[in-house]
Amino acid sequence: MNLRKLALTASLGAFMLSAIASTSAVAATAKEQFFPVLVTRTGPIAPNATPWANGFIDYLKLVNTKGGINGVKTVFEECETGYATDRIVECYERLKGMHGGATAFQPLSTGGTFALTEKAPIDKIPLITAGYGRSESQNGAVFTWNFPLLGTYWVGSDVAIQYIAKKLGGVANLKGKKIALVYHDSPYGKEAIPVLEELSKKYGYSVQLLPVAAPGVEQKATWLQIRQNRPDFVLLSGWGVMNLTALREAQATGYPRDKMLGNWWSGAEPDVADVGEGAKGYSALTLQHGAERNSKVVKDILAALYAKGQGTGPKEDVGSVLYMRGVLSAMLGVEGVRKAQERYGKGKVMTGEQVRWGLENLDLDQKTLDAMGFAGVMRPVQTSCLDHMGSSWVRVHTWNGKNWEFPSQDWYQADANTLRPMVMLASGKYAEEKKLKPRTPEECNK
Amino acid sequence: MLYRENGQFKTSYAADQQVFPIAQDRWAVVGIVVFAFVAVPLLVDEYMFRAILIPFLILSLAALGVNILVGYCGQITLGAGAFMAVGAYAAYNFHIRVEGMPLLLSLLLGGFTSALVGIVFGIPSLRVRGLYLAVATLAAQFFTDWVFLRIPWFTDNSLSGNVSVSNLQVMGWQLNNPLNKYLFCLAFLTVFALLAKNMTRSAIGRQWMAIRDMDVAAEVIGIRPLFAKLSAFAVSSFFVGTAGALWAFVHLASWEPAAFSVDRSFQLLFMVIIGGLGSVMGSFFGAAFIVILPIVLNRLLPEIGDLVGVEISTAGISHAELIIFGGLIIFFLIKEPHGLARLWSTGKEKLRLWPFPH
Repeated sequence: MNLRKLALTASLGAFMLSAIASTSAVAATAKEQFFPVLVTRTGPIAPNATPWANGFIDYLKLVNTKGGINGVKTVFEECETGYATDRIVECYERLKGMHGGATAFQPLSTGGTFALTEKAPIDKIPLITAGYGRSESQNGAVFTWNFPLLGTYWVGSDVAIQYIAKKLGGVANLKGKKIALVYHDSPYGKEAIPVLEELSKKYGYSVQLLPVAAPGVEQKATWLQIRQNRPDFVLLSGWGVMNLTALREAQATGYPRDKMLGNWWSGAEPDVADVGEGAKGYSALTLQHGAERNSKVVKDILAALYAKGQGTGPKEDVGSVLYMRGVLSAMLGVEGVRKAQERYGKGKVMTGEQVRWGLENLDLDQKTLDAMGFAGVMRPVQTSCLDHMGSSWVRVHTWNGKNWEFPSQDWYQADANTLRPMVMLASGKYAEEKKLKPRTPEECNK
Repeated sequence: MLYRENGQFKTSYAADQQVFPIAQDRWAVVGIVVFAFVAVPLLVDEYMFRAILIPFLILSLAALGVNILVGYCGQITLGAGAFMAVGAYAAYNFHIRVEGMPLLLSLLLGGFTSALVGIVFGIPSLRVRGLYLAVATLAAQFFTDWVFLRIPWFTDNSLSGNVSVSNLQVMGWQLNNPLNKYLFCLAFLTVFALLAKNMTRSAIGRQWMAIRDMDVAAEVIGIRPLFAKLSAFAVSSFFVGTAGALWAFVHLASWEPAAFSVDRSFQLLFMVIIGGLGSVMGSFFGAAFIVILPIVLNRLLPEIGDLVGVEISTAGISHAELIIFGGLIIFFLIKEPHGLARLWSTGKEKLRLWPFPH
């Protein structure tokens, strides 16, 4: 290597560094509400996270075709995280200041949620974790900036037990039953455990915990244990390729699929499609919605975007389970902005702090939801300072070999009497550790 | 021309044995340190601090630790991530379980605990070598993964296994903004780098290098392999453990064992191989290459795409990032198997002879 080459390398390096500096300084543009989108389009999680991201972005585009949020257009920026916490943090730092400031972050990762929970209060950006994240963050008095809207894993666990009790013909029959939990060995998977153990004391069933190391392609030992112990039910908390592997192993082990119940991240098309008939009878909780190809919002998206070739992903995915979750997640963020505008000025761009107020005072009744095209997709949601979740309705859908369908129209609601004390206890512990003072009702109303 | 040592006469042993015997080197290093402490805080924005500089500093420190073991003592390790985890969790437990524990002490105790664990996992190095040792250290990785996932005491019985720290401060100096965090990590790195540089020049460093070059010969001339190898493991684990504690406390603030997975171990090993085995400078080059390059590629590709009028999808960028990154690793290893540090010293040689190449 001679001097010329060395100089060339050095100048190339300098050019690259200047590129970082230049791209991180993006000027604020007027009248645009910026939604950062953390996506996982590569790696073992990609089949599941991609439809979510496409749904999320399609909904933001749909809002723009309808004139934006009271005239304020949405803009978005993607950042690939690969489901790695350090990349999520990098993306967060990269996106938080773009286009005049981020509206709200939705990391789609429980590990990422934990990391961002420490950062969001400093930057004053709300964190929406629809159907994931930390369960105790439901208590908005302590977790001012977290919004686990529509449900947490604790809600999921409680409903799972309700569902099993119903199948068995009453809670009395739970006594002496063996329930195994096959979970992703990470904060995400572990979130389900406390409620299952709490309820086992109440109902007298036993819980067997079977962790699966990420990413979850190696489950032979787990299913050998299931073959030996023959639990009455198997609950699955998997994500991405782990779900598919679990169902394949269940098929190989001969464990009845109709005794298996997944959480709402283990019940989408990518989880079962490759197993097809082999997964028939497998059920999963839903975050209210299932695959909603006939809903009005999906038809709107198809007409407004895909008919004109402006769709984000493949057309077949539109209306699938995780696509709908992306749509719902984006909708909740948009509605938070809309609510904030009611207070801080219609047609203005909202800051993260203002959106936080909007999310805390979200009140979507059935009429509003129907008008937006969410009839039959979800039920009303109303948040408050003490309840950042806003709704705890769950349905259960079953794979029939080709599609996810709702065998019954039953809605389950998590038992607040069980969960509320646990939420208060865990959030109290967090507040104590962080030396935080929970907000008083007066502070909440500010 | 500028870089020439003619006329610099050493008149005392102290002058001859100083860290940087060539005046230009000395001034360059001082200049870089002053630049990092004074100019960088004035020049860069929050994103650069949080997403690039802080991770770079901390992983440089870890790479330095790995380089001591792999580069100087010749003991291949795949357990660096494990020692980072030990450092992080030990520091965490000292920090929350002992009332009023100063942050600095927690971090150093984290490093110290990691050093003890390092000695334990270094024992196999007395019997096995090379790839077999790499496998033995890999056991450390799986062992710590298991410990921190399964034993709730280490994570303060946290329900999800995730732990976090906040309100960090050193004697009233709040570590709450990126600038302070950057300066804190930089101070750590400066002290540790100086320590490493001096250690490698002293008796102990020479023992390590003798063991690396040929352990039987080293033993014959009176170097105790037990002491040399285990001290390398201890010092290396101390560096890596402190880096782990910084990574957890200062960079992440909230973490889970997955932050120190086997991927991290590989990453650190690649850093020292690409940067240059047996070179303090190389640790920095390697860390820069592995930490900064993927992010630069990730941000640069869309710009290049815009330039030629092609919109690259997010997934496309991510894939291209891996392809280019992998390609560059292979390119550098073929072109310069001794790492980026060798390129640096070749460059310096040329500068010395300039303008008359030999």
